[in-house]
Amino acid sequence: MAIAKKAVVWGLFAGGGTLTAFIYPALIALFLLIATGNVPAGLQYEQIHTFAASWVGKAVLFIVLFLSLWHAAHRLRVVAHDFGIRKDKLIANAVYLVATLGTLMTAFYLISIS
Amino acid sequence: MSRQPYVRPISKTTWYMRNGRYKIYMLREMTSFLVVFYTFLTIVALSTLAADSPAAWQNFISSQQGPGMVVFHALALLYFLFFQTFPWFKLAPKAMPVQIGEKKLPGSYIVIGHYVAWVFISAVIFWLAGAL
Amino acid sequence: MEIRQIELEVMRYDPEKDKQPWFQQYTVPCQEDWAILDALNYVKDNLDTTLAYRWSCHMMVCGSCGMMVNGEPSLTCKTFVRDLPGKVRVEPLENFPIERDLVVVLDDVMQKLHKVQPYIIRKDDPPPEGVEYTQSRGALAKFKQLTMCINCMCCYSACPQYGLDNNFIGPAALALAHRYNLDSRDQGKSQRLDILADHDGVWDCSFVGACSEVCPKHVDPAAAIQQMKIDGALEFWKQKLGFPGGES
Repeated sequence: MAIAKKAVVWGLFAGGGTLTAFIYPALIALFLLIATGNVPAGLQYEQIHTFAASWVGKAVLFIVLFLSLWHAAHRLRVVAHDFGIRKDKLIANAVYLVATLGTLMTAFYLISIS
Repeated sequence: MSRQPYVRPISKTTWYMRNGRYKIYMLREMTSFLVVFYTFLTIVALSTLAADSPAAWQNFISSQQGPGMVVFHALALLYFLFFQTFPWFKLAPKAMPVQIGEKKLPGSYIVIGHYVAWVFISAVIFWLAGAL
Repeated sequence: MEIRQIELEVMRYDPEKDKQPWFQQYTVPCQEDWAILDALNYVKDNLDTTLAYRWSCHMMVCGSCGMMVNGEPSLTCKTFVRDLPGKVRVEPLENFPIERDLVVVLDDVMQKLHKVQPYIIRKDDPPPEGVEYTQSRGALAKFKQLTMCINCMCCYSACPQYGLDNNFIGPAALALAHRYNLDSRDQGKSQRLDILADHDGVWDCSFVGACSEVCPKHVDPAAAIQQMKIDGALEFWKQKLGFPGGES
């Protein structure tokens, strides 16, 4: 008997869940503003580029996107189980692979912004 | 006398239809689709910044506009609030109870603390985005 | 006292005769202050002596009379007729095999309660002569709520994850384990977490929260399980990074 590796993904799930609960309503609201055509000043190219190019901006964006990806991945694994899909190994590999890809993409783009 | 226990069948695919509590739970769990959607949407936005071209960013912004997107984001926001943010705050005191001396801090204090922090964090995000 | 007639729909199953359970209707003249258990006792005493069900104390202490009342896992001694409609359906607790009528097979949870090591574990066991392990009221308050469990198993009946896969240790046993993890006299948390946070342990819980909603003693097993997930996640890294498994 030993503590299962699920402890690791659960930790990311819980951290990401807390983070999305706090931050995603504001994120969705910003997309809503953009959709209405009222693009706020901070989301003009110059401003958002400066933010994403700063180390603080990169760190914040990375932590938010990384934890959100792993939160969603783990929860989707549970959703699949709840809908009766019993191939847990396969599902787990698939969702964590997508989360890993998303993490790598985030890291790559953030490093590229200068 | 022989024992012959009867096991009631349970549907692996539709068990949650049995009561409202389970249905609400399933709706809560499915907020993960929204998290996937908005996370990748943000990553796409980052990719246009990485391309180091104002035109690419402007194209992205333009592609996100229109009445259809307004309706979609508005519904997504409501769904996310009621099935992720509010439930998450409501359940927080269960996962992290606070005890001071011999007394447990009432869960409602922890929940209210979450709402206060949420309003503050949201305000900071809007302020950073220049929307406030 | 006013008498109110209710239609009691009771699930019946005789392992020697029936292929599957069926419902029998009884019309029961209930007094105002009756619980569903009183209505069942009326049936047993006056209408049908063959009805099998478990009960003992009639005062929310023994935990024997848990059943589904109109689809909700309930202690029938604290579920009152006056709070229910004129037609009441009584079934054995869901997620358990039916032994006979309203009696379910509890062997599985009995094993699970044993498996989680629900006793104080000490490194100095047996304790040195004349040593007493004292506990402050604050330390008791940390887990007092979890000691209220009467093993009625309503929580297992409400838990869809246990229903879908009964390898899951489940709410009451995990809550009981957490009661010992939180006990200031206990030193077995790390060894217990090796069982609780293994496969079939806390990770099979998806925090539906139904267990806590139906618990007649407000034990809140769902809360205990989430706290154990946090403990398990921390303990995993503690063990991986080679911190000594010392107890705080």
